[in-house]
Amino acid sequence: MSIWFVPRDAAARSMGADAVALALEGCGETVIRNGSRGMLWMEPLLERAESRHGARVGWANMTAAQIEAGLPDEQSTQYVGVVEEIDYLARQNRWIYERVGVTDPIDPEDYLAHGGLSGLKNALAMSGSDVIQAVTDSGLRGRGGAGFPAGIKWRTVADQSPAPHAGESPSAPAHKYICVNADEGDSGTFADRMLMEGDPFCLLEGMTIAAHAVGADRGLVYLRSEYPDAIATLQAAIWIAREQGWLGEGILGSELNFDVEIRVGAGSYVCGEETAMLESLEGRRGMVRAKPPLPAIKGLFGTPTVINNVLTIASVPSILARGAEAYAALGQERSLGTQVFQLAGNIAHGGIVETAFGITARALVADFGGGTRSGRPIRAVQLGGPLGAYLPYEKLDVAMTYEALAEAGGMIGHGGIVVFDETVNMAEQARFAMDFCVEESCGKCTPCRIGAVRGVETIDKIRAGQDVAGNTALLRDLCDVMTQGSLCAMGGLTPNPVLSAINQFPEDFQSPVIATG
Amino acid sequence: MNHSRYPEWQAEAAEALIAPIVAAEAGPVLLCLQAVQAHFGYVPGDAVGMIAKACNVSRADAHGVFTFYADLRDTPPPAVPVRLCAAEACQAVGGRELKTDWATACGDDAVLAALTGVDEPIFCLGNCALGPAALVDGELMGCADVARLKAAVTQAQATGEAL
Repeated sequence: MSIWFVPRDAAARSMGADAVALALEGCGETVIRNGSRGMLWMEPLLERAESRHGARVGWANMTAAQIEAGLPDEQSTQYVGVVEEIDYLARQNRWIYERVGVTDPIDPEDYLAHGGLSGLKNALAMSGSDVIQAVTDSGLRGRGGAGFPAGIKWRTVADQSPAPHAGESPSAPAHKYICVNADEGDSGTFADRMLMEGDPFCLLEGMTIAAHAVGADRGLVYLRSEYPDAIATLQAAIWIAREQGWLGEGILGSELNFDVEIRVGAGSYVCGEETAMLESLEGRRGMVRAKPPLPAIKGLFGTPTVINNVLTIASVPSILARGAEAYAALGQERSLGTQVFQLAGNIAHGGIVETAFGITARALVADFGGGTRSGRPIRAVQLGGPLGAYLPYEKLDVAMTYEALAEAGGMIGHGGIVVFDETVNMAEQARFAMDFCVEESCGKCTPCRIGAVRGVETIDKIRAGQDVAGNTALLRDLCDVMTQGSLCAMGGLTPNPVLSAINQFPEDFQSPVIATG
Repeated sequence: MNHSRYPEWQAEAAEALIAPIVAAEAGPVLLCLQAVQAHFGYVPGDAVGMIAKACNVSRADAHGVFTFYADLRDTPPPAVPVRLCAAEACQAVGGRELKTDWATACGDDAVLAALTGVDEPIFCLGNCALGPAALVDGELMGCADVARLKAAVTQAQATGEAL
């Protein structure tokens, strides 16, 4: 009898996947809720296999009404053939995402059947120091945006002694923490969410490897409240992992004791900045901390703390399983391994593309993405979230690496690419960038708190045609102050989208228009 | 009037929620605020003072935490909250226009407006390839338009009344 797969991913559910699954069950069919393959324009993507691990064929954009009218067959116009042979998937190189869309995310047997825990088993057979060396050798850098080498961060934490919480007596229990930053607030990014919903055990395995490597006993995942499905799935995975002995005391028969809890955010973008995240985890306002001390030395509650993005940590199991050398063989310069790119905004084929660093933005947007959803020409692309630069269509031949993008005045950020068609008004986008900073600034430093407000006002004057040259010069000066004088990336990088809009699309700042918002 | 799924504010119940958090967790202020909101739907002023006392911080400190986070509210939520994503990926596919259209729809329909409340901006729901994205009573919607939003509100309302 056939087995049907209907994604439980929030994006698929947002397009009616639950109703499709219910309709199939209503027909007496066997349904497994898998993660999403990441071809989001096809959601809900229904798949069918003749056995649990057999090859799967698929149908795109299924509705419950279609199921109720009869099970789909190969003659359907929505039939997409063998799913893994679809060009979009076949051309990827999936490491972090190897199981996402394939497995039932909260079935531990499925996880093991697809290579789960082999990274952790290898790690537990090595010393913590050797694990750190492997991570260093892989070239893995932080996927949250800053790109700091993961191995160096881990080594710093490993070199510290566990410490009691700040303010407690020296004889109180000492800890080190693994804190995963799952506060994926950048617009155009959803890879953390899909990983947590599609393969949560992978994140837990990566955290456990990190704990073994640095000698940590506690793990926290700071997960944004805007992701209720990810919270539920990861929480379920934590409970199951404890039952399986994958978390807790004596993990997999080793001497490692480590457990993980979720902390839910409360709607603050700046809490994705690592020191603001620590403040929030300690129950306070999410105000940025000055560095030093580095969190690796004095982090959560004053203890040595590894802070990594979801994708950084989720890269580790496959690196330990398949070898640091194989990982480092991918990519170029100092951008090694794979990056999970996310195609978003006005794009025909939006979704997840995991591939080696070095692919061009154009290949991602045009070859994978298929151009705009609206069918109009692409005008601008924003790389790296709300703090990333806008690039015009003509400049998309840039290689997607940390180095090449920095040279082009952009940044890879968390790997998000937001596409805009020709209807976009870049002065409006520049205004939004400043306005977003007004909304989300933590308020600790003046360039960000006040500068963003002045930025909105100045852009409004430019858009109203008031002394355009003078106000543009003022705006550039303000951007310089924010870049140089802000405490963190919120104020420091907000000028990226603003200045790139002015520099690359000056025509949008010339003609007076009525300000909005 | 309490027309929501949340129980009426009750100080004893709130204290019972807070006590175990304070006993078990380091830095419990935000966790307490979130627990109260999860239970009652909002955080009344009384709760902020109660949490401050229980956590041994000043009322001002607890208030400061409460006001910092966009999620935390001091009034009961609407029966079927509707929130539209205001971030760039959704702007690229008509998010701004949807906001305007939704405001018009609510302006034309007082019942709908009362039911769904003020559309407080939310920045990114992680559905950036299927925008405009919306959250209707906590459920994510992709490729949102006014008709689908209205249908989802009606359905959420029916589900809520059935509970």
